[in-house]
Amino acid sequence: MQGKLVLSDGTVFLGESFGKEVTTSGEVVFNTGMAGYPESLTDPSYFGQILVLTYPLQGNYGVPESKFWESGKIQVKGLIVQNYIDHPSHFESRKTLGDWLKEQGIPTIQGIDTRELTRKLREYGVMLGRIEFKVQSSKFKVKEIYDPNLENILPYVSCKKVEVYGKGKKNVILIDCGAKENIIRSLVKRGVRVTRVPWDFDPLGPAAGGAGGFDGILISNGPGDPKQAKSTIKIVKQLLEANIPTFGICLGSQILALAAGGETYKLKFGHRGQNQPVMDQFNKKAVITSQNHGFAVDMKSMGKDWKEWFVNLNDGTNEGIRHKSKPFLAVQFHPEANPGPVEGGYLFDEFLKYVK
Amino acid sequence: MSNKTNWINTMNKLRKVLVLGSGALKIGEAGEFDYSGSQALKALKEEGAEAILINPNIATIQTSKSLAKKIYFLPVTPYFVQKVIEKEAPDGIFLSFGGQTALNCGLALERRGIFKKAHLQVLGSSVRSIQVTEDRELFARELSKIAVKVPKGGFAKTLDEALKIGQKLGYPLLIRSGFSLGGLGSGAVNNKEEFIKTVSIALKQAPQIAIEEYLKHWKEIEYEVVRDKDGNKITVCNMENMDPLGIHTGESIVVAPSQTLNNYQYHFLRKLSLQVIEHLRIVGECNIQFALNPKNNDYRVIEVNARLSRSSALASKATGYPLAYIAAKLALGYSLPEIKNNVTLSTSAFFEPALDYIVVKIPRWDLQKFVGAKEIIGSEMKSVGEVMAIGRSFPEVLQKAIRMLETGQDGLLGNDIDDTKLLPTTERLFVVAQRFARGEQVEDIYRATGIDPWFLYQIREMVTFEKKLLNCHSGGRRPIESRQDPISRSAPSRMTREIVVQAKKLGFSDKLLAKAFGISEDEVRRFRKKHGIVPKVKHIDTLAAEYPAKTNYLYLTYHGEESEVTPNVILGARSADRISKDAIASLQHDKNNEKAIVLGSGPYRIGSSVEFDWCCVTCAKTLREKGIETIIINCNPETVSTDYDCADKLYFEELTFERVSDIYEIEQSASLVLGFGGQVPNNLAMDCFRADYKILGTSPENIDRAEDRNKFSKLLDKLNIEQAPWQSLKRLDDALKFARKIGYPVLIRPSYVLSGSAMNVAYSSADLKKYLKSASDVSSEHPVVISKFVEGAKEIEIDGVSQNGQLLIYAISEHVENAGVHSGDATIVLPPQKLYLKTVRMVKNATKKIVETLSINGPFNIQFLAKANKIMVIELNLRASRSFPFVSKVTGFNFVEMATKVMLGEVLSGDFNTIDLDYVGVKAPQFSFSRIKGADPRLRVEMSSTGEVACFGDDLEEAYLKAILATGFKMPERSVFLTIGGEKNKLDLLVSAKELSSLGFKIYATEHTHEFLKKHSIKNIRVYKISERKTPSVLDLLKDSKIDLVINISESRSNQGETAGYLIRRNCVDFGIPLITNVQAAELLVSALSSKKIGDLEIKSWDEYVS
Repeated sequence: MQGKLVLSDGTVFLGESFGKEVTTSGEVVFNTGMAGYPESLTDPSYFGQILVLTYPLQGNYGVPESKFWESGKIQVKGLIVQNYIDHPSHFESRKTLGDWLKEQGIPTIQGIDTRELTRKLREYGVMLGRIEFKVQSSKFKVKEIYDPNLENILPYVSCKKVEVYGKGKKNVILIDCGAKENIIRSLVKRGVRVTRVPWDFDPLGPAAGGAGGFDGILISNGPGDPKQAKSTIKIVKQLLEANIPTFGICLGSQILALAAGGETYKLKFGHRGQNQPVMDQFNKKAVITSQNHGFAVDMKSMGKDWKEWFVNLNDGTNEGIRHKSKPFLAVQFHPEANPGPVEGGYLFDEFLKYVK
Repeated sequence: MSNKTNWINTMNKLRKVLVLGSGALKIGEAGEFDYSGSQALKALKEEGAEAILINPNIATIQTSKSLAKKIYFLPVTPYFVQKVIEKEAPDGIFLSFGGQTALNCGLALERRGIFKKAHLQVLGSSVRSIQVTEDRELFARELSKIAVKVPKGGFAKTLDEALKIGQKLGYPLLIRSGFSLGGLGSGAVNNKEEFIKTVSIALKQAPQIAIEEYLKHWKEIEYEVVRDKDGNKITVCNMENMDPLGIHTGESIVVAPSQTLNNYQYHFLRKLSLQVIEHLRIVGECNIQFALNPKNNDYRVIEVNARLSRSSALASKATGYPLAYIAAKLALGYSLPEIKNNVTLSTSAFFEPALDYIVVKIPRWDLQKFVGAKEIIGSEMKSVGEVMAIGRSFPEVLQKAIRMLETGQDGLLGNDIDDTKLLPTTERLFVVAQRFARGEQVEDIYRATGIDPWFLYQIREMVTFEKKLLNCHSGGRRPIESRQDPISRSAPSRMTREIVVQAKKLGFSDKLLAKAFGISEDEVRRFRKKHGIVPKVKHIDTLAAEYPAKTNYLYLTYHGEESEVTPNVILGARSADRISKDAIASLQHDKNNEKAIVLGSGPYRIGSSVEFDWCCVTCAKTLREKGIETIIINCNPETVSTDYDCADKLYFEELTFERVSDIYEIEQSASLVLGFGGQVPNNLAMDCFRADYKILGTSPENIDRAEDRNKFSKLLDKLNIEQAPWQSLKRLDDALKFARKIGYPVLIRPSYVLSGSAMNVAYSSADLKKYLKSASDVSSEHPVVISKFVEGAKEIEIDGVSQNGQLLIYAISEHVENAGVHSGDATIVLPPQKLYLKTVRMVKNATKKIVETLSINGPFNIQFLAKANKIMVIELNLRASRSFPFVSKVTGFNFVEMATKVMLGEVLSGDFNTIDLDYVGVKAPQFSFSRIKGADPRLRVEMSSTGEVACFGDDLEEAYLKAILATGFKMPERSVFLTIGGEKNKLDLLVSAKELSSLGFKIYATEHTHEFLKKHSIKNIRVYKISERKTPSVLDLLKDSKIDLVINISESRSNQGETAGYLIRRNCVDFGIPLITNVQAAELLVSALSSKKIGDLEIKSWDEYVS
């Protein structure tokens, strides 16, 4: 069936459906990674977004069991690709990408000139958009489009109750703003007990009995405008005052910056891909990283106690901050990878050095 | 900051850097090293370091004036390189840009302590790093230190040792012998019985064999990795072989990026790549090959190449990341983050390209040019070139690539390939397609071939569609239907928009659609355009559109809605420094500047390789200097012409009429340049002419008058210029009748030849009957041409540029070998040393007449025969020929530059001395027979060389010796083996034999030669032919390295003794013993050996000869 993607500026891209035929809307973003669609689609940071994959062939290796996913379901609102491959080939494949999307009720269009679409998003910045099927070309109304940046969407992606993973002696509280599973796997693999708590859970508060004693805090990745996460920012502020070792990843980095009195801003079209170069300002080593963010920390806004840790080599934006004397650190990229390059994994060790 | 300081220190020290090239193109080491060497020279130039290049390959771009400060056309061997080091005293050396040749040479020099003695710094990866990657055992040991797996196995010298290893590993196993004749004693074994049998045979052939676990049908994946001195590292690209492990990467169809790897596998192998490169401390670029088990995530590291390779050239073109240039910068001390991305000019070179397209490479083979070669492909490389296609679906790129191969294949079906066996052959792709056409299942094909089902499903989809199309045509014309009809289940009878859209997305050509619907290609094109079905232009920008590209590296696709506007070219391009300020100024004044499209030469193959790339690159450079917006179309990833900064725009595309037309229409008001890419663009001349396209240079009507044998023949008759009697014939009876009339021997060739496919000489009617079968196989549409084969004639070439019918410049070269050896296999001398002045005058006069009659305006080449004070024309090419770089570099006049200017209408004049020179240039062919198991190395009318070198000398002998040394010839020291068939040949070589004897060589000879020499009192030892089964046999002597040089001349008139001759020749190739098979070459060699010792060969750079 024919489907279309309509952007908020009125541009229409026609294609063919290979997912569920339901209307949807959200923020249209592109990712330049060449492999890793099951990981990306289940990454909660994409909540509220329609994802455009720039690599033109998708579905090549099917979909693996859910234990390989980054959350329990597909998080994107819609998917746009150039060519869908309906005959996957992989020993881990359990179903085709198309069947999975249908099962999960996600609208998807193929046959769209994704390069042209990407160029548009690059030039004009991310736009809102809508996926429609069979709908006559009614006049497009911007109001009908869902904008994930206008509300606090963490409740939609965070866990509902406290959960514990691993059996290690060190206990790290993971503030789940839409955490990718691989953050938990990365910590557990390092012998850490992870206590995953909802986005508005206060580890220092009276309700925190269930969390028990803890040695460090990890603020996870997640979707949306960090400034909408007001409760989390407030909680983190207190944690910093309590001098608790804290590590932020992606949205977690932005929340940490805001809690420390800094500012964040929206990037024109964000960084989404697996080839983003960053420079460690301390040891002058460059690292290729996996990224997925639309907002960034404004380094100028950070107090004099903070140092810029990582910088993006392409556009000079901030990719990580670190407190000069206290155990507070954060990166804008994804050391847990999945999808993407894995050499950022050492940052978990860096954090765990503080977690005594 | 510290990095920067270090770098400045290094650079201050590096005043002069020696760069080693790879020599002649050969199988396994081809044009990719012109690309990498040129990039290295460019990087050096930017740094202000003086580059000294040693490379005898005169046809390359790197040996052009602008790139290196000094060029030595000398063999890349330890002896000559050492001499150059002593003379030039450089302070740095690049070993990793000239393939295995340069690397091996460097390792040898290191062993001899030359670098240390000369205080010469090896730039880039250390010699130690290189050694580890070159030594299998060392390599395995190093990788085990970081727990990275390599194939399990061991080496054995006896059956017992082998059995022990076999026991430990378990079956199946792979046996490999380091030195195997005809692949004997290599292969997979499944049980002990097979194991013992194979090992026994193998150990008879070689002293040591390797036994390895057999990784049947594992995937083969490659990563291109870059690391700087600070340890920053990236993988620029990964590639997946469609063919499973066991088929050499150079023989495999390869896609980039990998298609069947999931995120875990992709990044797992990537991580291993980075680990390995870090452990080996590579500085620069390296390539790492993995085997990956398709059933789980088990892997092995197969190999690491610590240098630029064929794969890195492919990866550079596939991603737009200039690997060789960056590797050179890193070797000079830069760090990756310091360097900018050359495509965006804003982002960092420390990044990993994101592709938003798919790339496929298909090798090009020419095995039919070798007598005795097998079509089977395997662990050894046989292909002579490759093409790369870019698109946005697998079917689209696969079909593009098939057409790019220029083998006449269009689509997957419609050929007569024998599909009874699914063996890995050069034509396996088409066998698989035919199997699908017959309804076979993906699973079965997978089991038989190990080609991942991902590829097979898509091939099947293409086949299904093509079959449907082919069934459409049941003769007669069909109406074109513009109404939008759904595709019916049965074969569509009318061409509809839907069918065409689908066909184009699946990569089918207009030609195939035309055939399917019984209409002309032009009608299909008009239909398409009417319905808006046209390909769209997309950029290769390294970042999947995340950042804007400043360069114009382009491809076309039917998977797109919009064409991208190309940025303002000349002024925006990085290489603006290449263009003179005047040119830029004139451009700024003239908004309606001119455009020209230069057509490249397509895949390298026998008869067309780097020489045409030099021509195209030189032409493009000249056009740009003239302020003309220059566009290149080419599809060969091994070339310099496909560097995106070589022209203002690069279309990495097919050289088919359809695609050229697409680009011509996109690039409105451009003129086509067809004269520099060899026969491929030349063949498009008439189509372009009929389509009324603007073409620079000689008019296509006149090109046709030269290419059409009948027309050309009439023209020569009119001009009173002789040619060998010939006739074009369609039937065997007529051919026999004609041959009888003109007398044997006769030359047989199909019309429209390139490097003489299926050319042969028949000495009898039996020969003629035999050969006509194979000639008609080449092209059934074209008749066969039979001409008188003139024996004992000299062959002369004239290369020139004509200006509106007036001869502007010309160079006359003579062949060392008499006619009968293809001009591409001949040794060529410039200026001629043994021609009568009268002959020269006759050649020149005939040329003047032809040039004038055809109003030639641009480059041309004419081949003549000279015998008994008479000359005859063999053929005329109205384009730059294979020898243009040679004549340009030997005479010091750039023929291509002049031709380009002439084609633009510039009026040139001058007196160009190309004949009275104080030195001699000799061009010698490079053969790759050792790579083609079983091929007979005898020279024939069919071309079989894969490359060439050229060297200078103060006389013919010096230049000749240098040239053959540069092709791998080794100076004989003690002994020569003579086996000369035919009385005349024996007499001809008598003087040479005496000379050899008086030089103190021990002479061995077979029966008749032995008798003959004895009769003429030349001391010699009789040896026995292999078939005589007596000692000493030829084979023993060859095997025991008792012989330094073999001169084997066969009697061309008969096949007598040919089996023995073949065995001798083939063994020479397999044992690496220098072999001469031509009388004139043997004479020249002996004369050179008697007048020169190696120490007499002067170490002089190009500018010391040609000022």
